[in-house]
Parts: sequence; structure tokens; C-alpha cells
Amino acid sequence: MLGKSRLYWKIVFEGYAFISLWIIGFVVFTAGALFGSFSISLTKWNIVGTPEFIGLGNYQKMFEDEFFWKSLQVTILFLFNVPLNLALGLFLAMLLNQKIRMIGFFRTLFYLPSVTAGVAVSLLWMWIFNPRFGVINVLLKNIGISGPAWLGSETWALPALIIMSVWGVGGGMLIYLGALQGIPTAFYEAATLDGANALQKFRRITVPMITPVLLLNLIMGVIGSFQVFTQAFVMTKGGPNYATLFYVLYLYQNAFQWFNMGYASALAWVLFLVILAFTFLILRTSSSWVYYEGG
Amino acid sequence: MAQQSLEQRREQAIVTDFAGFWQSRHRQDQVLKAVVYLLLVVGAIGVMLPFFWMISTSLKRPGTEFTFPIEWIPVPPRFGNYQTAWTILPFNLWLFNTVRITGLSILGHIVSCAIVGFGFARIRFPGRDAIFLLVLATMMLPYPSVIVPLFILFKELGWIDTILPLVVPTFFATSAFYIFLLRQFFMTLPLELDDAARVDGCSTFGIFYRICVPLIKPALGIILVFSFMHHWNDFLGPLIFLSDLDKYTLALGLRFFQGQHRVEWTLLMAASLIILSPCIILFFIAQKNYIQGIVITGVKG
Repeated sequence: MLGKSRLYWKIVFEGYAFISLWIIGFVVFTAGALFGSFSISLTKWNIVGTPEFIGLGNYQKMFEDEFFWKSLQVTILFLFNVPLNLALGLFLAMLLNQKIRMIGFFRTLFYLPSVTAGVAVSLLWMWIFNPRFGVINVLLKNIGISGPAWLGSETWALPALIIMSVWGVGGGMLIYLGALQGIPTAFYEAATLDGANALQKFRRITVPMITPVLLLNLIMGVIGSFQVFTQAFVMTKGGPNYATLFYVLYLYQNAFQWFNMGYASALAWVLFLVILAFTFLILRTSSSWVYYEGG
Repeated sequence: MAQQSLEQRREQAIVTDFAGFWQSRHRQDQVLKAVVYLLLVVGAIGVMLPFFWMISTSLKRPGTEFTFPIEWIPVPPRFGNYQTAWTILPFNLWLFNTVRITGLSILGHIVSCAIVGFGFARIRFPGRDAIFLLVLATMMLPYPSVIVPLFILFKELGWIDTILPLVVPTFFATSAFYIFLLRQFFMTLPLELDDAARVDGCSTFGIFYRICVPLIKPALGIILVFSFMHHWNDFLGPLIFLSDLDKYTLALGLRFFQGQHRVEWTLLMAASLIILSPCIILFFIAQKNYIQGIVITGVKG
């Protein structure tokens, strides 16, 4: 300790003082909560009585619980919205990266849905998907197609929620746009001189240059998709016939409708691990397709 | 013979014209632009259709939303729907609750994340980078994974049905994303600033508060807008921690409205539109900051 100057200790003290709020928050609301969640997951507890220790019983129960598997299946099927939004977002960003008139207006327009969220938007889409009087089926009827029952149909409820998610494609689009604008124009000029066509430029310059952003959007999309709740709760309540029983909805039902605190906590831990596994997997494979300039 | 050759020549001319049309760089650009415009216009109509549908429905006489043919532009528009929808339930009280929770949460995020972000950006203490990695890792932690223990904690503290479970955590820098964003902004300021201030006898907190914070005001604006959008629309948190109707937020109230007036889409759309409008207005006011914030996420992420 002798070799360290007073200044050193002052810096240590000040550094940790500045981040102390985060440390307290982390210990209580993140690490503590995760630990608490794990402890509760080892018990059977309906919140009023005393928790009864049952070891890994809740995790065992999950394996035999068909609704657990159903909710996992629904959530993973919903992940299909991620590549859809990635591709559409990139396509839109490229359209909006042209030098044409009114481009600012179009950018604002496409981004606008992303600033709306929550119950109001869920209600709006319930009305849009109304089988008889909703705008989608009315328009389909005009061109001679009788549309499905959407949220009332076991087949179409999940695709309907995916369509709804595509409405928010502007969020990802804007991140791509930032990345596209960061690509030096010299790259394209050099490629043009070498006789590259548009497709080659897209594949050899645009795509590699935006892969870091692609990775970001991919990870955020996957993490977000695993946490879908409001739409399912407000629009379908998990139905029809469990076709939209999202994982977090099932977790919520266990915790706050049936007060299976232990089982809900086990579900919560598995959710955490699944997200961790997906993120880790994506990051592991990313080194083979993400291009970092100068690294 | 002569006539035929004339015709041939004409055909020839057309073919060359057509080839010339395509070969001209200018024409190609024009065609490309037309295609881009076409796609943008079609896409824009698709994106705006839900908004249009919402506004159109909200202006119809209750009941007429279930008639054919669809009345796209209701005549006369019923602006009274907005008042009816707003006063049929205590939306004013819920507005007050929401403003209070949102305002305090924004304050909490800005104060705590600025302090913490400054610490990570401008003080070189041992262990800093490892801890910052941990901060980033918490972004992967889904909020639903901790709602059960948090509910039990807040229940033990007697905080259920108060705004505390929604507001207090924000004062402990619980948003890794905001910390990250503010750290990036603090890092862009030249270090000489700190040195100069220190020579003049300024404390570290003084450097933070008097010098650096005023310089990153645009970043604080970004946090303000982001956290406004988040807390204004938040549903899961209020759903779990608030159960008394008097304590409801707008999101919970709207959901309650739906349960009560299931089929009155005109009024439901009117209320939804009112509730969404602050987000849309704020976006238009703060558009520049907002877009900058998102672009930075991408560039530096």
C-alpha cells in the first residue's frame, strides 16, 4: 500500500463514489433480485403462506408442463419477426439513403410508428384486425379476398402479431441509416472505377460495412422478442387455444393470477438462461460474419 | 422498295433510341428514382394507414364503425368523441398519475445515469473497465425475470399501490443503455477541460456538474425523450405494482376502458389517440436529438 500515492486513493475513492448509485442498484435490483428469484424457484409458495422447499421440483415440473413447451414454441415461432424486420429495415434504409427530394419527410413517416407503443397501439391493432370491420379485411374484401379471422384464428393470430411488429420496422431502419451514412463514398467510387456493378457493390461494400449494426439489431430483436407481453395480454390473452401464449404472459399468469411464485421464478430463470444462450450463440458466430474496420 | 427501307430505317431509329435511352446514365438515374419514389409512396401509405384508420374511427358516430360501406372520412366529424371518451372514466386523474410517475422517472434516470456515466467516462479507477462490461451485460437481463422477487421486496416494504416501485429504481441508474449513451457523450469532451478546471481548484464533482453536464445537454435531451416514451407507455410495471383504480396510469386505465366498453371502438380509438399524442408531439419537437441518439447507438454499439 505504501507505493500508492494519496492521489491514487483519491481517484479510487472518487471513481467508486461516482458509480456507487449503479452498484447499489445492481446489488439490489439486479444481482439481489436474480438471487432472490433463484431461491424462490426452489420453493412452492403461494405468497401468503410460508415457502416450502422443494429443491429442483419446479424445474422438473417444467419438463412435464405442456403449457411451458407451448409458450416456448410460440415465443420461438415469433422470433421469425426478427429476420423479417432485419431485411425490411435494411431495404428501407437503403431506399431512404438516396439523394432525392422529400427524403426527410419519408424518414420521419417511416419512423413514426416506432415512437408509439403499449396498450394504445395494441388496441389500435385489435381494431385493424377486426374480422368484419377491420381495415385489413375490408381492403381484402374490396379485391375479392375474404380475410381470415386474424386474432380469432388459431392459425393467423401469431402471424397477425408478426405483421404488427413489422409496423415498427422504422426503429431498426434508422440505425441502419446511420451506419449507411458512415460508409465512405470513396469505397463506392473506387469500386465503380474498377467496374463493379450495383449488386457487387452491395455485397462487397454495403453488407460488410453494416454487419456490426446488423449484429446489434439482431441481438436487440431477439432479446425484445423474448419479452413480448403487452400485445399478448391486451389483444389475445394468449388465445385462441393458446396460439399466442407468449412465454412472459405464461410467467405473468403463474405469478400474478395463480400466485405460483416458485414456479414463476423457475420460469423466470429459464427465460434468463435462454436469452443468455441465444445472445452468446449469436456473439460466438458473429466473429465469422461481422466485419470490424481495422480489427 | 424505297418505302420499305424508310420503314426499316424508322425501326432502326427506334431501336437505337431505345438503346440510347437505357445507355444514358441520366435516364437510368431517373428510372431508378421513379422506382424508389414508387416504393416509398406505397410503403408510406401502408405505414400511415393504421394512423389514418385510428383517426377516422375516432371521429365516427358511435355505432357507425360497424356499417358498410366503410365511411373513410366521417361527415360530419364527431370531435365530441374525444371529450366523451376522456370524461367517461377518470382519465384526468390517470393523466396526473402518469405525469407524476413519468416525470420522476425521467429525473431519476437523468441524474443517476449522468453521475454514473461520468464516473465511467472520465475517472480512471482500477476495475473500471471490468465493471463497465458488467453494466453492459445487464442489458441482457430481461425485466420479467426479476418481477417476482421485486414484487415481494416492494410488498414487504409496503410500497404496493404507490408510485415508489416504479420510480425509486430509476434513481439507481438501472438503465444500462442510458449509462452507455451518456458515457459515450462524456468521452467526446476533451480531457484538457478537466485538467484546466482542476488547476483552478475545481473538485471532481464540480467538474462534472459545472463543466461537463452543461456540455452534454443534447445527450440529456435524448435520455429525456427516450425515458419519456418508455415510462409513458409502460404497462407491465404499473400492472403489477398498482391495483387501486385511483392509482392507475393512463395505460392501465385504457386497458380498463377496453374491458368496460369492449365494442365502442370510436371512443376507444379517441382515448388511444389522446394518449399516444404526447409521444408523437414530443417526437416532432425533439426529432433531431432523438434521431441522433439512435444513430449513435448504432455507430458506437
